[in-house]
Amino acid sequence: MKRQIPYALVFLFGLFMVFQYFVPHESSEWAYEFLLDWIMIIGIFALALGIWSLFHLSVEKIRARKEGHGYSYITLAGLFVMIAFGFTARHGESWGFYLVWVFTYLMTIMLAARTLAASNEPGKRNMFMVATLGFLVATIAIAIFDDSWSFYFYTSEGLENSMWRRFFDFVMMPILSTMFSLLAFFIASAAYRAFRARNVLATLLLVAALIVMLRFNPWFPQMAGLSNWLMNVPNLAAQRAIVIGIGLGIVATALKVILGIERGYMGKG
Amino acid sequence: MKRSSYIVLGVVSAIFVLSWVMKSMSLSEVDDSIMQGFLLTVSAFLTLSIFSFLYKDNPFYKFAEHLFVGVSAAFWMCQGFWSTLVGNLIPRVSESLSGFFMVPYQPGSFNFHYWIPVILGLLLLMRLAPKGGWLSRWPLAFIVGTTAGLNFIKYLRSDFIDQVSSTFVPLLGDETNKWTGVGDFFSNLSLSADSQFVALLANWVIFVGVFSGLVYFFFSKEHKGVFGVGSRVGIWILMITFGASFGYTVMGRISLLVGRLTFLFRDWLGLIS
Repeated sequence: MKRQIPYALVFLFGLFMVFQYFVPHESSEWAYEFLLDWIMIIGIFALALGIWSLFHLSVEKIRARKEGHGYSYITLAGLFVMIAFGFTARHGESWGFYLVWVFTYLMTIMLAARTLAASNEPGKRNMFMVATLGFLVATIAIAIFDDSWSFYFYTSEGLENSMWRRFFDFVMMPILSTMFSLLAFFIASAAYRAFRARNVLATLLLVAALIVMLRFNPWFPQMAGLSNWLMNVPNLAAQRAIVIGIGLGIVATALKVILGIERGYMGKG
Repeated sequence: MKRSSYIVLGVVSAIFVLSWVMKSMSLSEVDDSIMQGFLLTVSAFLTLSIFSFLYKDNPFYKFAEHLFVGVSAAFWMCQGFWSTLVGNLIPRVSESLSGFFMVPYQPGSFNFHYWIPVILGLLLLMRLAPKGGWLSRWPLAFIVGTTAGLNFIKYLRSDFIDQVSSTFVPLLGDETNKWTGVGDFFSNLSLSADSQFVALLANWVIFVGVFSGLVYFFFSKEHKGVFGVGSRVGIWILMITFGASFGYTVMGRISLLVGRLTFLFRDWLGLIS
């Protein structure tokens, strides 16, 4: 029963999504749109599950005092500060005690995590619990009495809190783009080892890469045309062969899932 | 922590504060200059922390890495909450909640159907319950089944049928370049982009390239004889593709690196205009 119903659901919904494509009726399209909306909505709950998992993992690392457990506090701080910025907004020109509130809120979370992590040490646990409650009271008090901001959220322009946008622009994006740009150094190192014209195949790799890399070089303007041809013709041909293989693989896997041959996604138990 | 670690931390903190002060002073004509100076300094600090990995794994890199994990998880959760739950679900299921979240209520006769994914979503959270974990398989089964059915059609159409039909291109002439005979073909032979020769060459390369690429990936028959020749041509085409993709990726990463260096030298240090 615990497994049969899920297998039946997979079969029914899988079959429906396959057949609805061949039914050119508005009710079929309507059901299709509904199901796509459902997937998105359930996905948000899955995201909440992921957030809980991250919190739980971080607290567990702190509790077990694993190597580098101090960094788990950084993860928790980043997580909860961004959540605070995502769910609050200011009313007027001044932020009032907002930054103090963020600090007390963050301290509440950190101390709560520390309390959970100290579950095997009653003395420490009680101490952290008292501190948590103190900061919690301060957090609630500021939230109630400070009128310059509130848990007011959404406008037609999107999220209202400018701190949210600033955290995205000045914290998230710099880290993300620097991490990707870091790959330039590793790729250069890999290229040094890979780009040696030892045989015909390695020479083809080297020449194709050089032509594409010299695409925008002002000293070799003719490279732009050659590079475009390389990307649009031989590259397209091989990519198409790869895509056909991938497509067949996905279709076969989807069929195995719908028919209940592939059951790994259900887990154990 | 070692004494040297405290010294490094102290030096970095001093540089951070100095940068903050100097940046705030240089932005004095801008509103909120202290906050702007702080944010630019934070951004530069995080950029340099990530770059420090080029030397070796170190606490500054780990700091930035762990911060990113937390911030990005919260970012996507909030984004999903506001755009999907508040933007799409709440206006369809509750008038009072729509008023609370200040989104326009969208009444409809089939809106009650939107409670089903809410129930399935809540069942998904049962994974956290000690005994009701098996209930979370129902929403999972719904997502897996629907996605499998969707992908079956989508990939069969876009990655197989469309790709195969696009491969069967005219090998002697097309709409713009009609085949009028061998004599005309050779007398008008040219390497210009719109010539018949270049168009036909492209079609031949695509046709032969796709078939030989597929032959290379076909492992049920030994790659010998004619099949072996096809396989050899296939690997040549694939190596050209891998080289081109590699070059393309390198250019993309270099472009990002230039962006970060521009930020450091122009926006933060103000050394270039």
